[in-house]
Amino acid sequence: MTGGPPVIEVNDLTRTFGSFVAVDRITFEVHPGEVFGFLGANGAGKTTAIRMLTGLLVPSGGQARVAGHDVYTESEAVKRSIGYMSQRFSLYEDLTVRENARLYGGIYGLTDAEIRERIGAMLARLKLEAAADTRVSALPLGWRQKLAFSVALLHRPTIVFLDEPTSGVDPVTRRQFWELIYETARAGTTVLVTTHYMDEAEYCDRISIMVAGRIEALGAPSDLKKQFGVESMDELFVRLARPAAGASAGAAAP
Amino acid sequence: MSGAAIAARGSGLVKRFDETTALGGVSFEVAAGEIFGFIGPDGAGKSTLFRILATLIIPSAGTAEVLGRNVVTQHWDVRARVGYMPGRFSLYPDLSVEENLTFFASVFGTTIAREYDRIAPIYSQLEPFKQRRAGALSGGMKQKLALSCALVHRPELLLLDEPTTGVDAVSRREFWELLAQLKTTGLTIVVSTPYMDEADRCDRIALIERGKILATDTPAAIAGSFGRPLLAVKAKDRYRALLILRTFPHVHTVYPFGEVLHYSDERKDASPEQVAAEVAEFLRVKGLVGADVHPIAAGIEDSFMERLA
Repeated sequence: MTGGPPVIEVNDLTRTFGSFVAVDRITFEVHPGEVFGFLGANGAGKTTAIRMLTGLLVPSGGQARVAGHDVYTESEAVKRSIGYMSQRFSLYEDLTVRENARLYGGIYGLTDAEIRERIGAMLARLKLEAAADTRVSALPLGWRQKLAFSVALLHRPTIVFLDEPTSGVDPVTRRQFWELIYETARAGTTVLVTTHYMDEAEYCDRISIMVAGRIEALGAPSDLKKQFGVESMDELFVRLARPAAGASAGAAAP
Repeated sequence: MSGAAIAARGSGLVKRFDETTALGGVSFEVAAGEIFGFIGPDGAGKSTLFRILATLIIPSAGTAEVLGRNVVTQHWDVRARVGYMPGRFSLYPDLSVEENLTFFASVFGTTIAREYDRIAPIYSQLEPFKQRRAGALSGGMKQKLALSCALVHRPELLLLDEPTTGVDAVSRREFWELLAQLKTTGLTIVVSTPYMDEADRCDRIALIERGKILATDTPAAIAGSFGRPLLAVKAKDRYRALLILRTFPHVHTVYPFGEVLHYSDERKDASPEQVAAEVAEFLRVKGLVGADVHPIAAGIEDSFMERLA
């Protein structure tokens, strides 16, 4: 982790849809170079929160700054400062690796020379030079995910949002993907990641767990386990997301 | 397996789509009344296999029987006896919860009322929302509705293709508890998942990758077949520890595993305690102090990765 002002600064951020409060006054910060795990059950409000932080959805209340830009008044600057990758949509399957990277570089306003140089460096780092002119649809899923991540970093964003990047990926590739995350964070890019794999929560410097629109836990995994007196992140997650289920599971334990 | 009736069987199943081979010769037997899991990542061939067993596609080669009936020549007979839950949510989003269930019941010539006792454990959780459009349900509720629809004609065997993919850890746990309840009624359950931590919920599992079965056995036997010294290494700076461990002369693999690293050694017959002492010393020499190193028993995920390597 490096110093400097927070990359994400969120204060009482709220979003309502009619009478439904999807995100309920959440407050947290993410520091430069940090790997921050953004966890929660389905429907807890993660996606709504991420849409606000990426400049795609206007909040109903509260404040949020991402990479120094206000999400209300500078949403375009927010979008230019971030990278985004999701499991559902990452690369265009009918384009080659190089074409995808050129497209993204162009959207973010890189020059042709910058694009050429950065694609070369990216392919070398991933050892994928041979696949540069292969259509994405012909690549194994694991490669695609690593490529999608690298393409999301092509414009050197301050922070990259990864939405379930390892869903359905084999266990070896999943871990290789996390090594890319570590390398990226070491190089100074902040990472915010969502996942349903509880072992991956342990790989984060700090995590938050959302329950019904609110952040119910925030801190380093080891500190949270101590604070809540649990053995694993899985146990903590169950306890927070379903208080009743957590209690009965605890009672059933020997 | 000896003595138990066979509920499903695949023999040399192959499925090709143009140049792609989705299944490259898959054989297995599922005993009546067991929960049998196909465990593997996306693209392993799980959905293709389930579609063959559900009689929706025909294998390019090999044969499969479900409940003693051939999936190609007796497909109507198979369909009436199995409940199939496809990987993608495949109910009618514009119909209500109750309308979806009524529809599935009527297709099989029955009604919700007549089958209520079978679906009650699951459907009762949905009933308060029975007027809600299926498309407006949460992920966990959609899953329960899909399971109710797959059960409404009292099948003898359930085919559940990735029922927990993309579902949060708590809903996943609840879903497996439902399956354990269903198993007590004598139902055979064939299920697939990409989540290795769900393997322990199955009686037996097949590890599947790139159209091939890598191993079939009980979860405990598969975990126990790892066959190398395995250590858990806990260090404050995990990434640095990982990079150092990769330079140890006898390293086989090093992977992050939750809050620790798993280190396996290339010397298959070495004493795990001896290896732990050497690795701890190596970390110290390389300037990483305070690491906790101790031998552990391998899990399913370790065994799966060992077979991928």
